[in-house]
Amino acid sequence: MADVNRGNRPLSPFMFGQYYRPQWTSMTSIANRITGLSLIVAAFLVVWYLAGLSVGGRSFEVANGVITSWFGDIVMTLSVYALWYHTLAGVRHLIWDTGRMLRVDQAETAGKVIVAAAAVLTVITVIVC
Amino acid sequence: MVQLTLPKNSRMVTGKTWPKPEGASNVRKVQIYRWTPDDGKNPRLDTYFVDMDTCGPMVLDLLIKIKNEIDPTLTFRRSCREGICGSCAMNIDGINTLACTWGHEQIKGTIRIYPLPHMPVVKDLIPDLTHFYAQHASIMPWLETKSNEPAKEWKQSIEDRRKLDGLYECIMCASCSTACPSYWWNGDRYLGPAALLHAYRWIIDSRDEATPERLDQLEDPFKLYRCHTIMNCAKTCPKGLNPAKAIQEIKGMMLDRVV
Repeated sequence: MADVNRGNRPLSPFMFGQYYRPQWTSMTSIANRITGLSLIVAAFLVVWYLAGLSVGGRSFEVANGVITSWFGDIVMTLSVYALWYHTLAGVRHLIWDTGRMLRVDQAETAGKVIVAAAAVLTVITVIVC
Repeated sequence: MVQLTLPKNSRMVTGKTWPKPEGASNVRKVQIYRWTPDDGKNPRLDTYFVDMDTCGPMVLDLLIKIKNEIDPTLTFRRSCREGICGSCAMNIDGINTLACTWGHEQIKGTIRIYPLPHMPVVKDLIPDLTHFYAQHASIMPWLETKSNEPAKEWKQSIEDRRKLDGLYECIMCASCSTACPSYWWNGDRYLGPAALLHAYRWIIDSRDEATPERLDQLEDPFKLYRCHTIMNCAKTCPKGLNPAKAIQEIKGMMLDRVV
């Protein structure tokens, strides 16, 4: 009677936070995905701005108005963070690809470093630009 | 595919709250996932209260105590009680580990115990590992040789033997694979950390003569390359092994043979 009722077997719970404790490594991994995807949106915004710039007149005013509004500032600042984070996380992947830094403690430290370094670089970028 | 919620038949409901033990001063609240194929109902979360003054130190002791003294219908796998058989792997306090080697004093607050994540449940804390074992079998977990059999044993230098350290200790408890989001979402085609660690264990074995075939078999967008170095596997392994590192070594060998 080994496989009785196989079709109706429930799936055991798995979701992050509620059932599986978030780890530094898993959270920095999913953040890499999220920043990568949100940068696509940011890239479209920049393209829209440049398109407005090339057309000029009313189109530019609208695009410029949105991008330089307080809301645009927040989006752009977050995008700068996403850009730095995604870049640094990409570097971490390149290091991993060489077989280095794959111990759990090293990977966790690297994760903390990229979260912090991306913040510092964002502040520097905002001040300089 | 990415899946964030449980299917309808898998959503948990509040279960039974079992009576507190009488005359006990050191009581802990324990919540355990329950499901039986017999009543056609959804899984539930039962609440138990356990007298810790008369309980052994490990989570497995706790489970056995509940089964003996409170609720004999509670179902779980266990055998060696010393972390070598891998039977009692389950999700304890938000991580996958062996109930027999995880002390309940490490857990703060309510002790929550679920079966290994994202697996079909046979009953209570017992997941169906059929597919997991089939994936292990698919990587040919044995010595493949082409040369004539030696008169005595297949010899290996001490140095080559050392390459198997950190690999041969795997007990196939499935903690790592069921901790891996890639395995949750692509477990049908992605082999998962446990099977891949075993694959590497045979690839790197100096006596094995089927390395190219083994690599050919893994050269697949899903089987191997769904690993995104999330490292939940290494973080959770109750034996302290590092499947993420083993997987990276395989990826490196894949690269080496084309460049």
